[in-house]
Amino acid sequence: MSTKFDLAAMKELPDSSGHFGPYGGRFVSETLMAALSQLEQTYEKLKNDPDFQAEFDKDLAYYVGRPSPLYHAERLSREVGGAQIYLKREDLNHTGAHKVNNTIGQALLAKYTGKPRVIAETGAGQHGVASATVAARLGLECQVYMGAEDVERQKLNVYRMKLLGAEVIPVESGTRTLKDALNEAMRDWVTNVDNTFYIIGTAAGPHPYPMLVRDFQAVIGREARQQCLAQTGRLPDALVACVGGGSNAIGLFHPFIGDETVRMIGVEAGGHGLETGAHAAPLCAGRPGVLHGNRTYLMEDDAGQIIGTHSVSAGLDYPGVGPEHAWLKDAGRAEYVAINDDEAMNAFRTLTQVEGIMPALESSHAVAHAMKMAADMDKDQILVVNLSGRGDKDIHTVAQIDGIIV
Amino acid sequence: MSRINSCFEKLGQQGRKALIPYITAGDPSPAVSVPLMHALVEAGADIIELGVPFSDPMADGPVIQLACERALEHNVRLVDVLEMVREFRQKDGETPVVLMGYLNPVEVLGYDNFASQAAAAGVDGVLTVDLPPEEAGEFGEALRANGLDCIYLLAPTTTEQRIQHICDSGSGYVYYVSVKGVTGSASLDVQAVAEKLDLVRKYTDMPIGVGFGIGTAEAAKAVSAVADGVIVGSVLVKQIAALADDQEKIPEKVAAIIAEMRAAMNA
Ligand SMILES: Cc1ncc(COP(=O)(O)O)c(C=O)c1O
Repeated sequence: MSTKFDLAAMKELPDSSGHFGPYGGRFVSETLMAALSQLEQTYEKLKNDPDFQAEFDKDLAYYVGRPSPLYHAERLSREVGGAQIYLKREDLNHTGAHKVNNTIGQALLAKYTGKPRVIAETGAGQHGVASATVAARLGLECQVYMGAEDVERQKLNVYRMKLLGAEVIPVESGTRTLKDALNEAMRDWVTNVDNTFYIIGTAAGPHPYPMLVRDFQAVIGREARQQCLAQTGRLPDALVACVGGGSNAIGLFHPFIGDETVRMIGVEAGGHGLETGAHAAPLCAGRPGVLHGNRTYLMEDDAGQIIGTHSVSAGLDYPGVGPEHAWLKDAGRAEYVAINDDEAMNAFRTLTQVEGIMPALESSHAVAHAMKMAADMDKDQILVVNLSGRGDKDIHTVAQIDGIIV
Repeated sequence: MSRINSCFEKLGQQGRKALIPYITAGDPSPAVSVPLMHALVEAGADIIELGVPFSDPMADGPVIQLACERALEHNVRLVDVLEMVREFRQKDGETPVVLMGYLNPVEVLGYDNFASQAAAAGVDGVLTVDLPPEEAGEFGEALRANGLDCIYLLAPTTTEQRIQHICDSGSGYVYYVSVKGVTGSASLDVQAVAEKLDLVRKYTDMPIGVGFGIGTAEAAKAVSAVADGVIVGSVLVKQIAALADDQEKIPEKVAAIIAEMRAAMNA
C-alpha cells in the first residue's frame, strides 16, 4: 500500500483545530463551543499527566481485564483455507465489548472535571451499558438516550442499564435510531452543560471527541501489535474491523498507521446490499457533509437531508462515521468495504460453531470479511480481526431470524 | 445599504425595536409559508427568519423538530425555500429575510452556488446554527461576495474573547441565545440578558437580537427594553401545529400573536 502522504504526520492528526485533512472540526451551536474548548484543554493537559495515565491503565487492567488476548483461530483458519486468522478478543472485556475502554477514559475525565452527571447515546446498548457501568462505579448520575426502535430490539441491554442505575430515555424523533439518540444527547448537553459530561460512544462528534475516543481505544492496536510480534515474530498483513462510528476500528488501526506493510480494512454494514440503498455504509456509498459536529462521509439524499439506514446490527446502524476514517479513506491508507446482513449472520454462525466464540452482530461483519479475504491469501499470511464484542445481546435478534421465541 | 442595515436604521430613527418572527419554511405545507410571511409583516414584523427544514435539527426543541418533520413530509428542500423567498419578494421588496438552518443542505449546493442563488432570490442574511466562525471561512466569503449578511449566535456560555471574534466575523446583527438550551426552552431571565448585552456592546455596534425562550407579549416587551430585536419562534410554530388541519386560518392566527407582541413593544 502506498500513499502520497507522510504516514508519520498522518498519525499525529488531528491538527490543532481538530481536522483530519478536510474532515472533523467543530460544527456545533455556539452554546457548546466553550465546553468543547474546555474539554480539549483538560484533555491536552491530562493526556500527558502520569497520574491520569496510571489511573487509566490500572482501571483497564483490573476492572476491564486487559490485555485482551490475541487468539489464533486455528480451526477457522483451516476451514477457510488461507491466511491465519487472529482474533483480538475485545468480547472478553468487562461488559462484553470494546466500548468500555472509552467509557473508562471519559468517566475519568468527568471525574477530573468535577461533573456529577454523565449522559450518553447508544445504539446497540453496548455503549450505554458501558457508560452506566462506569457511572455506577464512580457514583455519577447517568442518563442514556436510545432510539425508540433500538429500545425495542435491544431489550436485554435496556434492562442491564436500568439494573446499573441508569435511566434510559427512548428517543421518538426522526428515524428513532442512533443518530436521533445523538441529537437528543446533544440537546441535553446544551441545556445542562454546567454539570454534565457527555460521554460520546464512538470516534465521531465535534473536536476533541474523535481524538480522545481514538486515544482511549488505541490500547486495542497497541496490544495487538505487541501480541502479534510476540506470537508470530512479525506484523500482521492486514487488520479487519467493523465500522459503525468507527471507534473499535480506529482503536485497532491507529498504532499501525505508520506500518506501511499492514493493510487496514474497515467493514461497513451493507444491510440488504449497497445496491438496495438499505444499508449503513457512508464510506462505501455516501459522500462528505456535516452532521453531529464534524465533517465526514454521510448517507444523505440529494437535498442534504440525512437518510434512514438499515443494518441487522443496531451498533452499525448510523449514517455517519468518524472523521479520521474519512481521511484514511481519501488518503488511501485504509480501505473500506461492506458486508451484507446475510453474510454477517453466516459468519456469526460459523464462528460460533467452529471456534465456540459467539460474536456480536457488529463484529460478525468483520469476521465475514476476514473469511472472504483470508481465502485468497497464503497460509503464512496473518489477518488480525477485531472481535469488538460478544453476541449475547443479539440472541433475541438471531432467534427471531430463526423463527424462535426465547 | 443592505435591507437589514436600513431596517435597523429606520427603527432607530423611530425609536422602535425590531420584532423578528421565526417560522419553518413549508410547515405544515409549502403553500402556507408565503401568505404567512406577508401576514407577519402586516402585523408588525420587521425581519423574517425563515427556517430551512433539516432532518437532524440538533439545536432545536421538540416544537421546531416537529415543524421540520412536517415540512420534510412535503419534501421541502433548500431550493424550494429560496423559491418561497423569490415569491415573497414579488410583493415585498423591503422586509429583510434571513434564512436560519443547518450547514448540510448548504454543503450539497456548494457555498458559492448557494450564496448567489440566495442573493438572487432576495435573501438578506444567513444564520447557520452549526457553523461557528472558526469553521466558516469559505462560507463567510461566499456570503460577503454576494452581499449577504452572515449572522452568528452568541450564547450565555460565550467567553469574552469569543464575543469579540464572533462580532468581528459577522454582519447585519448578532443573535444572542438567551438561555442554555434548545429552542422553545424555559423562559429567559431579562436581568441576566441585560448584563450580557452590556458586555457584548463593548465589542460591537451591531444591533443585537435576542431569542430562545420568548413566548409572551410581556416577555417581548421586557426584552425589547434591553435588546435591539426580539426573536420569537416556538410560540408561533406551536400555533401553526395546532392549525395543521385548518391551514387557511394559519396566517391570521399566527399574525395575531405578532400583533399583540408589537403592540406591547410599542406601548
Ligand atoms: C460490539 C460492537 N462493535 C462495534 C460497534 C460499532 O461501533 P464502533 O464503530 O464505534 O466501534 C458497536 C456499537 O454499538 C458494538 O456494540
